[in-house]
Amino acid sequence: MTVEDMKVGRGGFPWRIRVEQRLVRPRWVSAIVPVLSIVLGLLTGALLIWANGVDPIAAYVAMAKGAFGSKYALGETLVKTIPLILAGLGVSLAFRMQLWNIGAEGQLHMGAIAAGGIALFLPQKFPQIQPWMWLVIITAAGFAAGALWALIPGALKAYLNVNEIITTLMLNYVAILWVDYLVNVPWKDPASLGFPLTAVFPRELWLPRTPGLFFLTPRHRVHLGLLFGIVAAILLYVFVTRSKWGFEVDVIGRNQKAARYAGMRIARNVLIVMAISGGLAGVAGMAEVMGIIHRLQHQISPGYGYTAIIIAWLAKLHPLVLPVVAFLFGALLVAGDQLQISMGLPVAVSFILQGLILFFVLGGEILSYYTLRIERVSS
Amino acid sequence: MDWVFISATLIAAIRAGTPILYATIGEIFAERAGVLNLGVEGMMLMGAVSGFIVGLKTGSPWVGALAAMLVGGLMSLIHAFISITLRGDQVVSGLALTLFGSGLSALVGKPYVGVPGVRFTAWKIPLLSRIPFLGEVLFQRDPLVYFSFLLFPLAWYFIFKTRPGLHLRAVGEDPATADAAGINVFKLRYLYTFIGGMLAGLGGATISLSYTPGWIEGMTAGRGWIAVGLVIFAFWDPLRAALGSYLFGGVNSLQFGLQTKGVTIPIYFLQMMPYLFTILVLIFATQERVRRRVGAPAALGIPYVRGER
Repeated sequence: MTVEDMKVGRGGFPWRIRVEQRLVRPRWVSAIVPVLSIVLGLLTGALLIWANGVDPIAAYVAMAKGAFGSKYALGETLVKTIPLILAGLGVSLAFRMQLWNIGAEGQLHMGAIAAGGIALFLPQKFPQIQPWMWLVIITAAGFAAGALWALIPGALKAYLNVNEIITTLMLNYVAILWVDYLVNVPWKDPASLGFPLTAVFPRELWLPRTPGLFFLTPRHRVHLGLLFGIVAAILLYVFVTRSKWGFEVDVIGRNQKAARYAGMRIARNVLIVMAISGGLAGVAGMAEVMGIIHRLQHQISPGYGYTAIIIAWLAKLHPLVLPVVAFLFGALLVAGDQLQISMGLPVAVSFILQGLILFFVLGGEILSYYTLRIERVSS
Repeated sequence: MDWVFISATLIAAIRAGTPILYATIGEIFAERAGVLNLGVEGMMLMGAVSGFIVGLKTGSPWVGALAAMLVGGLMSLIHAFISITLRGDQVVSGLALTLFGSGLSALVGKPYVGVPGVRFTAWKIPLLSRIPFLGEVLFQRDPLVYFSFLLFPLAWYFIFKTRPGLHLRAVGEDPATADAAGINVFKLRYLYTFIGGMLAGLGGATISLSYTPGWIEGMTAGRGWIAVGLVIFAFWDPLRAALGSYLFGGVNSLQFGLQTKGVTIPIYFLQMMPYLFTILVLIFATQERVRRRVGAPAALGIPYVRGER
């Protein structure tokens, strides 16, 4: 008789619950956790909405209609999916290395600034450059601006070991204030009647709309950014799973000591990963202003950079699963807008749902790694 | 530089620093127990909104502040359950708590935006408030400020000089050994995460009931995150937390001071200062930590599993 048995035997209760580690993780578990989390998150959210005196069924019907109810709605969901895919991919790459880049929101704003600055001022100075060339330049600039903004915390982490969670987050506020400064002071459109807006970008520089896919109305707003997102997902998948570099990122993320002993250069990889991570968020911001807003203004993102974190986590950092999750959250954001329009609820309500879903995913993790076993105590 | 300007800046520094001081000390308690709670911003927002609403409904800022503490504490229990019992990822769980709190506070507070509410009023401490200069700066404040004056030295004494404080540190440094010594690791982690949540809630209420009375969506403006940064600056020590909070408050209030002095920097850059200051402070603190070999609590962010080393 072992010590453990004696202890339990004394209690007199013949059953006990044991948390046991699963030896094999069944496939159904990893599939069902996210689905169940979303369902439970929505149900709990309904309770909270109801507690605030709003009919949750009416609210959810309005949300579903807003996100999927028509061809136009579906298009709008795709529109919101675009920045989420790009920023989500960026965040997920950093998370693979256990680099907590919470700064996608700021990197996105910097990408938007770079794109907007070029679109507003350069084409009239260089009329010989073709519009499609500008498209390439602006995309590259969006990437570069996001990458540089992410390299500030990246370098601080790589060389001085400064906590990147705080620095990336602080820089979000700074980046948003930069946008506010630019649209209120130097880049403000004199014809904006005092609103914090720049002039509209020249029409030929707008990101082209995708061809009218079968499920979209002719007046849909889905733009080329969708293609950028899908290409980025595939490229990232290939790099992460098939290249030596992707392997290094994984090893560093799992065990930094082992990676160092294996001769992997950690500081360098921190810089590379942060640059790509921020760059993708920068492209997201570029795409949002060049494809949808067509100018810079106060508030260009309803928290895409924060939602991207959840998406990355829900997709288990898998680049090909991520676009699907991004689509679901795009729907959630559109639905949130709908709640504001038709029921007067604050847009931030979608943050409640996002937070709840995340809680359930985290809780559900234990289901996939552990199993609860009720067993009879042998005497 | 005249005395009026200096005392005005100091007063503003204390006023702006107090909400952050509460949140920072709360997070120090949680992190000392080994629980990293990045939900401070969300808990502060919920504290701010519930403190404001309950204060308004009851007509008493005191009841409001108590409600804010309770709500902050309850919020933290979500994080405690996920990270302590379910052993989930603490970084992600904290982020979720912040998102959840900012959304829920916006929903709950919607009807109260711009509504005039109650606020704490200044208490002039007899005699002390009449000391020249110091009296005006320190002893003509409101009760929340006085309570914070008491809290940070007491928290320091508790953590470093008492037996329960020793247990708290043990749980965060080496939970397995603490467990073997008969300390209930799970219970203490829950307790200090809860205390951390209560203080974050109180920090939020300090904003909505004293610093800038009223409720606006997202009114904490990143102060919860700044508090998480200041914990690192403070080396998990409440005395240094006070220094950091008032420094932050000073930087924060300097922007208004400069404006009244006629310095014409666009307001956006002045508003960036607290965030940039936090980054700067973090860089220096990290270097100093390496030099002085002060580490984070060794088990910070790591769930404790019995029988696993």
